[in-house]
Amino acid sequence: MIGIVDYGSGNLRAIGNIYDRLKIDYRIINNPNDLKLVDKIILPGVGDFDQTMQMLNESGFREILDELVLGNKVPVLGICVGLQILSKGSEEGQLPGLGWINANVKKFNPDTIPVKPKLPHLGWNSIEIVKNSILLDKIDPEEGFYFIHNYFFQTNDSSDILTKTTYGIDFVSSVARENIFGVQFHPEKSHQNGILLLKNFAISKLC
Amino acid sequence: MLRSRIIPCLLVHNKGLVKTTKFKDPKYVGDPINAVKIFNEKEVDELMVLDIDASALGKEPDLEMIKNLAAECRMPFCYGGGITTAEQAKAIIKLGAEKIAVSSAVINDINLLSRIGTAIGMQSVVVVIDVKKKGFLGGFDIYIENGKKKANIKLVDLLKTLNTLKVGEVVINSIDADGTMAGYDIDLIELVRNSIDMPMTVIGGAGSFDDFSNLISKYKTIGVAAGSLFVFKGKYRAVLISYPSKEEKRKILGIS
Repeated sequence: MIGIVDYGSGNLRAIGNIYDRLKIDYRIINNPNDLKLVDKIILPGVGDFDQTMQMLNESGFREILDELVLGNKVPVLGICVGLQILSKGSEEGQLPGLGWINANVKKFNPDTIPVKPKLPHLGWNSIEIVKNSILLDKIDPEEGFYFIHNYFFQTNDSSDILTKTTYGIDFVSSVARENIFGVQFHPEKSHQNGILLLKNFAISKLC
Repeated sequence: MLRSRIIPCLLVHNKGLVKTTKFKDPKYVGDPINAVKIFNEKEVDELMVLDIDASALGKEPDLEMIKNLAAECRMPFCYGGGITTAEQAKAIIKLGAEKIAVSSAVINDINLLSRIGTAIGMQSVVVVIDVKKKGFLGGFDIYIENGKKKANIKLVDLLKTLNTLKVGEVVINSIDADGTMAGYDIDLIELVRNSIDMPMTVIGGAGSFDDFSNLISKYKTIGVAAGSLFVFKGKYRAVLISYPSKEEKRKILGIS
């Protein structure tokens, strides 16, 4: 069973719809204690770094997530801001992130993007696979995924990088470290590649 | 490489989908949910749904309809129509839209844009600008409330403000070209591209895939949107929903 953490993020219904069609069991988790009932966790994300962290801190999710992910090695997938909060912190906000991955979130510098449009990085972009993972099984890197963001994830340990994407600079578009996975793009809105990625996360033995 | 987006734009009127010509004569083209299901199968890049009644009649966004559309959409979804508060914008994002589009309300009150940006993040805010050519002198006027009323602001001034506020995207809609399928207004697009840095999407006049590929080869990364081209077929404008196939899309995008 997949648990999708509900912190008021809009895209959890889209993730749920894909699992409905794949006939994969999931539940939307409003109560932190219910996280103990699931085998894998998704941290969705649309919105702001601090708002997301504040919700995790104040709702009691934070302690249980730390215990399950760091202690019990429960597989977790962060999406968009859900990826960014895996870091130590972000230029978008003041609050520290979960700190599960040695990384910082930075704002794109518009000067590094040679032609218009500049920001946000919006639309369909390809990925370059840096490290093989079951999460990317059968995915077409050229087709890529849908992105919408102004901030990017900068890892301090390059062995965590799963894929890179080019937008002015090469930035980290997904990461994997043991049981912890994160993607900057939106698999729930990325047609076949996105469905495959969510399916791979759900049905594979990840660590 | 970041690709250009090819975007069907659907108009809602009296709970049905319609297609207009120069913002008039709405012709019924079908049921919104059914159209979304077809566009899912065609794997479209993005979908834009605009309720053309809401602002013109002073109605609030129909959250029940938006909820149903967002739940059905397997592609990025942008909703516009009748949004006048940051709370409404937040509610619509929470229902699963990636982006919200605003027009009349923010053109009347530019401060509303910052409030919406704070509530949902500026990257998710799309500003739609409906414009009409001025007479013989050239230039463009902005219209609000579904083309009914001329706005009291110059196009270049509004674009400058949007660029400063760093909205997520600007959609430029030509009222003159709407539904004509006679090609995009190239002068208008050039003016807007030169005035703003953020992503832009153009709509109004697309009549063939060549109209898309011409803009894409010129501007490299641009959103090309269309209504009629994706809902009508043939010179009698029979209703048939279509979208470029994977091969056609590669050709439009100039990917060999």
